[in-house]
Amino acid sequence: MCLAIPMEIKSIDGPVANVEISGVTKQVRLDLMSEEASVGDYVIVHAGFAISRLDREQALETLEIFKELRLDAF
Amino acid sequence: MTIERVLLDYGSGGQASHRLVNELFLKHLGNAVLSVLDDAARLDIAGPLAMSTDSFVVDPIFFPGGDIGALAVHGTVNDVAMLGARPRYLTCGFILEEGLPIEDLEKIVASMGAAAAEAGVLIVAGDTKVVPRGMADKIFINTTGIGEIFASPAPSGHRAAPGDAVLISGTLGDHGLAILSTRQGLSFDAPVASDCASLNHLIVKVIEAAGDVHVLRDPTRGGLATTLNEIAGQSGVGVFIEESLIPVKPAVAAGCSFLGLDPLYLANEGKFICILPEANAQAALAVMRADPLGADAVRIGVVRAEHPGKVVMTTPLGGQRLMGMLEGEQLPRIC
Amino acid sequence: MTPFDSFKNPDLCRALLGKLEAALDKPMRFMEVCGTHTVAIFHSGLHSLLPSQLVHLTGPGCPVCVTHESEVAAFIELAGKDGVIVATFGDLMKVPGPGGANLKKAQAEGARVEVVYSPFDALALARDNPASKVVFLGVGFETTAPAVAATVKIAREQKLDNFLLLSFHKLVPPALRALLADPFMSIEAFLLPGHVSAIIGLAAYKFIEDYHVPAVIAGFEPVDILTSLLLMVEQRKKGEAKVVNGYPRVVPDAGNPKALATMYEVFKTSDALWRGIGAIPDSGLVLADAYAQCDAFKVLDITLKESKPLPGCRCGDVLKGILKPNECPLYKKVCTPANPVGPCMVSTEGSCAAYYKYQL
Repeated sequence: MCLAIPMEIKSIDGPVANVEISGVTKQVRLDLMSEEASVGDYVIVHAGFAISRLDREQALETLEIFKELRLDAF
Repeated sequence: MTIERVLLDYGSGGQASHRLVNELFLKHLGNAVLSVLDDAARLDIAGPLAMSTDSFVVDPIFFPGGDIGALAVHGTVNDVAMLGARPRYLTCGFILEEGLPIEDLEKIVASMGAAAAEAGVLIVAGDTKVVPRGMADKIFINTTGIGEIFASPAPSGHRAAPGDAVLISGTLGDHGLAILSTRQGLSFDAPVASDCASLNHLIVKVIEAAGDVHVLRDPTRGGLATTLNEIAGQSGVGVFIEESLIPVKPAVAAGCSFLGLDPLYLANEGKFICILPEANAQAALAVMRADPLGADAVRIGVVRAEHPGKVVMTTPLGGQRLMGMLEGEQLPRIC
Repeated sequence: MTPFDSFKNPDLCRALLGKLEAALDKPMRFMEVCGTHTVAIFHSGLHSLLPSQLVHLTGPGCPVCVTHESEVAAFIELAGKDGVIVATFGDLMKVPGPGGANLKKAQAEGARVEVVYSPFDALALARDNPASKVVFLGVGFETTAPAVAATVKIAREQKLDNFLLLSFHKLVPPALRALLADPFMSIEAFLLPGHVSAIIGLAAYKFIEDYHVPAVIAGFEPVDILTSLLLMVEQRKKGEAKVVNGYPRVVPDAGNPKALATMYEVFKTSDALWRGIGAIPDSGLVLADAYAQCDAFKVLDITLKESKPLPGCRCGDVLKGILKPNECPLYKKVCTPANPVGPCMVSTEGSCAAYYKYQL
C-alpha cells in the first residue's frame, strides 16, 4: 500500500515545501511532520504530504551494515 | 482577419467557410494539389501503398514540445512510415467547437503546415465542421495518410522471428509524462517535453542501411509494453527485453514514481521499435544514432521462440517477469 | 538520482540472495501485508529469484482490494447523486461493486468523478465548485489516513463547508491480529509495511510477538526487502520472534506522533468490513463526532447495504495465506483483471492481479 518516495526539499513557505526529484518538482504539505524539516532534507512524500524525514546518516549507516551483513546491528 | 472566435457559420459552407479556408487553411497548408479546391484531390501515385488514419483529441491542445496540429501530422506520417513507406499525402478533417479562439486555430494549423513541410508531405484534402459549444472539446483533428512502400519485403508486426534483435530509437514515456504534467489535479512540474516528431526520413535511412527490417512500430498509446505485446502476439514469438537497457529519462522515471505509473506504458510520439536480424542490428543502430531523432537508440532485447505471445522482462537483479498488456489506461495511484 | 539509490544495487542483492539461501534450513512461509511490497517483489523480479524454500504470501495489504463491496456500492451510489462531485485516488476508479458497476462506468453515465493525486487537491475542487458537494473517498491505511485527516482540518479552517469525506480508512494491526487468531493460519513470519510503520511505529506491532511470529518492518527497494527477509530467517534460526525495524532511515521507532495525533483528532476507530475477510473489530476509521458536519455518510444519508458473498471466490483464503493466487479455481479462468471476481484481482496491487500481470 502506500506508494511514497523520497524527495528533496528545495524551499519552504509556511506549511508548504517545494520538493524535487530528478528535476521534477512539486509542492507538498508539511502539516504531518513531527520533526522540523529544512531545505536540503529528504522527506518521504505520500499523497501530497510529507510523512517522514529521511535520515541520510542513518541511510548510509544502514547501507554499510547491509553491505557487511552485520545483521545483529538491528 | 478581424474575427476572433470560431462561429457556427464557419462550418456552414457559405461565405464564412470560404473565408476560413482561404485566409487560414490555405495560407498555412496550401500547395498545388490542395489549392485547386475541387471536390477531391487528384493524385498521381503508384502502388504498393501504405495508408493509415488517426484521430487526435489530445487535451491540452498545446503541450510542452508540441500541439494537437503537429501531433496530427507526425502521428499519421509515422504510422505510414512504419510500413517501410514514404508518406506522400495527408488529408485532414477538423471538428471545431464553437467559440475556439481563431488565434489558437491559426497556431495549430500553422504548426500542421510546418510539420508537413518538415516531413515532406502535402496536405491535399480537408474538411471543417463546427459544432455548438460543449458538443466537442475545442478541436478534434483526423488525418489520413498515404505513401509508397519502398521496402521489400515490407516490415510488419507479423514478421518478428527468433534470433532477431529488438531496437528502440530513444527514451520512452516522454510524451505521456509531458501530457500528464499539464493535467489539473496532478500538479507537478517536469522538465520533459513531448517527443512528437516525424520519423519518416530516419526510417528511410534505417532501411537503406540495414536491408531487411522485419518489424517497425511506433509505440504510441499503451507505450513500449503494449506495442511489444502486440508484436509478440502477431508474430507468435516471445520478446525478451532487459530492463536495465531500456532508456528512460530520469525525470520521466521520477514523475512516474510518485504517480505510481510505469513509463513503459506511457505514450511516445517520436520513437520507433525496430526488430531485425541480429546481423543487421549494428548498421541500423549506427544510422539511428547519427540522427537527432535516434540519438539514444539502443538494443534492448531479442526475439525467441519460447513464451510465444509474451514479453519477458529480465530485471536489473537478473529476475524474470512478464510485461503484460494493461486492461485500460494507467491512473495515478497512491497504493 | 538520490543518495538512496544504492538500495537498488544488484551486486548487493545477489550477495543477500546467497546469504538468504544459505540461512534457510527449512521452508518458511512469509506474508507481506502491503500492496507496494507485492508490486516491488514482482516488478523487481525478486519473486523469481527468492529461494524456493521461502514462500511469498500476499496478505490484506492493498487498501483498495479490502474495500468492502458494500462500501464500493455506497460510493458508486453517491457518485450518481445530483450536485455531488466525487474526488478520488485513481486506485478506486475500476474497483467493481455489485453487478460489475464501477466509478468509470458511473462517470460514463454522467456522474462527475475527478481523480486527484492528493486529498489536498480536492479542496481546490470544493473551492471552484461552491454549489456542489465535493466528496473525497477516503481509502487507505495509516499512511494515508493522516493526510486525509489533515485535509479535513484544513477544509474546516478555510470554511470549505461543501467539502465532505466518505471514510473507508482501515487499520493494519487489527487485520494482522485477525490473521494471527485464525485457526488455519500458516504464516511463519511477517514483512511489515514500511510506510504504515513510519506513522504507527514499532510499538503498535508488539502483540505479534505473543504469537511467536518474527516480524520485520521493511522498505521497498530490493536491498531493503532482502535484508528484512534475512532478518526474519535469522530470527527463526535463533528461535526468536521479535518485531524488528529493518527500515530505520524512514521509520522512527516511535512512528510519527504528529500524524497519529492528527489522525485521532479527526477520526475514531470503529468496526469495519474487509472485502474477502469480513468484519474485523476496531479496524476502521470513521470521522469523530467533532467532525460530523464533514461526514458524507451523515450529511448525504449514505448507508452500507448488506451484500451477498461472491460465489466461488476464494480471496479470503488467499488473503489469509491459505491459498496461493494460482491455486484458486477461478484464477485466470473466470477471474481476470478485465473481469475480476474478487478483491485480490481488483487492483494492480492485489495478489492475484500481480500474479496475473507478472508471473511467467
